[in-house]
Amino acid sequence: MVGGGLKDARAWLQERLCLGSIQKFVAHKTVPLHSATPWYFFGGITLFLFVIQVLTGILLLLYYRPTPSEAYESVQFIMTRVEFGWLIRSVHSWSANLMILSAFVHMFSVVFLHSYRRPREVTWLSGIVLLGLSLAFGFSGYLLPWNTISYFATKVGTDMAASLPWIGEPLARFLRGGEDVGGATLTRFFGFHVAVLPGAMTLFLLLHLALVQKHGISIPPKVEQEARRASKPVPEMAFFPNFFLRELMAWYAALGILGALAALFPWELGVKADPFAPAPAGIRPEWYFLAPFYTLKLLPSHVWLIEGELLGLLAFGLLGVFWALLPFWAVNRAGALRTRLVTGAGVALLSYLAVFSALGYWR
Amino acid sequence: MGEERRNILRWLLGTGFTASIISFIYPAIRFMNPPAVPEAAVNEVPAGSVSDLKPNSAKIIRFGSRPVLLIRTSETEWRAFSAICTHLNCTVQYQQAERQIWCACHNGFYDLSGRVVSGPPPRALEEYSVRLRGEEVVVARRA
Repeated sequence: MVGGGLKDARAWLQERLCLGSIQKFVAHKTVPLHSATPWYFFGGITLFLFVIQVLTGILLLLYYRPTPSEAYESVQFIMTRVEFGWLIRSVHSWSANLMILSAFVHMFSVVFLHSYRRPREVTWLSGIVLLGLSLAFGFSGYLLPWNTISYFATKVGTDMAASLPWIGEPLARFLRGGEDVGGATLTRFFGFHVAVLPGAMTLFLLLHLALVQKHGISIPPKVEQEARRASKPVPEMAFFPNFFLRELMAWYAALGILGALAALFPWELGVKADPFAPAPAGIRPEWYFLAPFYTLKLLPSHVWLIEGELLGLLAFGLLGVFWALLPFWAVNRAGALRTRLVTGAGVALLSYLAVFSALGYWR
Repeated sequence: MGEERRNILRWLLGTGFTASIISFIYPAIRFMNPPAVPEAAVNEVPAGSVSDLKPNSAKIIRFGSRPVLLIRTSETEWRAFSAICTHLNCTVQYQQAERQIWCACHNGFYDLSGRVVSGPPPRALEEYSVRLRGEEVVVARRA
C-alpha cells in the first residue's frame, strides 16, 4: 500500500521534473581510473566546505552585529553565551581556511594533471574567479570580528589597493566607505561578505559545475598515451553511485577533520581593534596571504625610481594574469601541449608560495 | 524608404533603451561612492601634561581622526609625527631601546627625525610641532 503510494509519487515527480533525463545523464557520466584519481576529490571537498560556510554563516548572522561598537562584543557573546556558539564560530573559521587550502590543492592538481587544456579553458577561468572570490571572502570576513589583527590587515589590504596607479584612490575609498578604515568599512565588508560575494560565488559555481558536467572529467595526457600504446581504453568508474559514494566518504572525512580542528583548537577572538593603538609586534595576515606579505616586507623602499610596494603589486598583478591565462600559453602554435613548461611553472609557483609563506610565518 | 524608416526607429529604440539602462545604473554607481564627510579642521590639540611622559617614552594621541605619535626624547626635547606608516598605512610605535620608530607590519624603521632608516617605507613620517604651554603639551600641524 505504502510502496504503491511512493511509486505514484515518484512517477508524479518524474513527469513534472523530468527526472528521467537527469538519471540518464548521470548514468552516462564516468570517472577515469588511474593513479592520480584521488586528486579528483578536492573539487568536491571545496564545494562541501563552501556549503558548511554558508550554513554556519547563516547561524552566525542570528547574533552578529556589524558596527564597530558592537561587532567584537557580538562575536564575544556568540563565543561565550550562546550555546555551542564557540563551536559554530570555530567551524566557520576553520572551514574557511580548509576551503581555501582545498581550492589550492584542487587548482594545483588541475595544473599537474593538465586538466585545463582544450576544451576546458573556460572551466579553468571560472575556477580562477572562484579562487579569487574565496580569497575575497577570507579578506572581508577577517575584518568582521573587529579585532586588532583584522583591523590592521584591512588597513594594509586597502592601502595596497590605494597604491595602484589611476584607479587606486577611488577603489580604496570604495572599499573603505571613506578615507580610512572605520565603521563604514565594517558595514561594507559585511555587505560584501554576506550578500555580494555569495551571489557572485553561486553564479560562478553553477557555471563551473555545469562546465565540468558538460566536458566530463579530464584524463591526464600521460594516462591517455599509455592507454593508446597498450591499445586499451582508460579504465573508468561510473560517477553514480560508485564515485559519488567515494566522494561522500571524502566529505565525511573532511567533516571529521574540520570538527576535530574546530573543537580541539577553537578559533581565537583576539583583542578588540583600537584605531589609536600601534600595530602589535608579530602581526601577520592569514596563511594564504603570507607569501605576498613577506615579499612586500623584503622589497626596499625604492627600486630605481619606482616605489618598492608598487613594484611588488604590479608583479603580483602580472603573475595573476599570467597564471589565469595558463591554458592559452600552455599550447604552442602547432597546438601541442607544453607539459614540461606548465609543470615547471606549477612547481615554481608552489615552491614560491610554500617557502615565502613559511618565512612569513616564522620570521 | 521603408528600410530607412526602420533604421531610424531602430536607432531611436536602441538609443532610448541604452539611455534608460544608463539612467538605472548611474544612481547605483554613485550610491556606492561614499560621500566626503567634512572634518572639523584641527590645527592643534592638547596632548596632556608634561609629567604624563617620562624621557625616552612615547604615546599615541588623537589629532582629529588621525593618530599622532608624541615622543619625549629627553628631559626637554619633544617630537611628534604622524603615526601612520608611509608604507601600507599601519600604525607605528616608539622603540625605547633602539630609540627608533618602528612599524610592526612590514618591519619599517624611522629615526627620531621621521626619516626612513630601513625597511620598505618609501617616505619620511609627516612631522608635527610640539610646544609647551605651561605644564601642558600642545601638538600642532606644521605651517
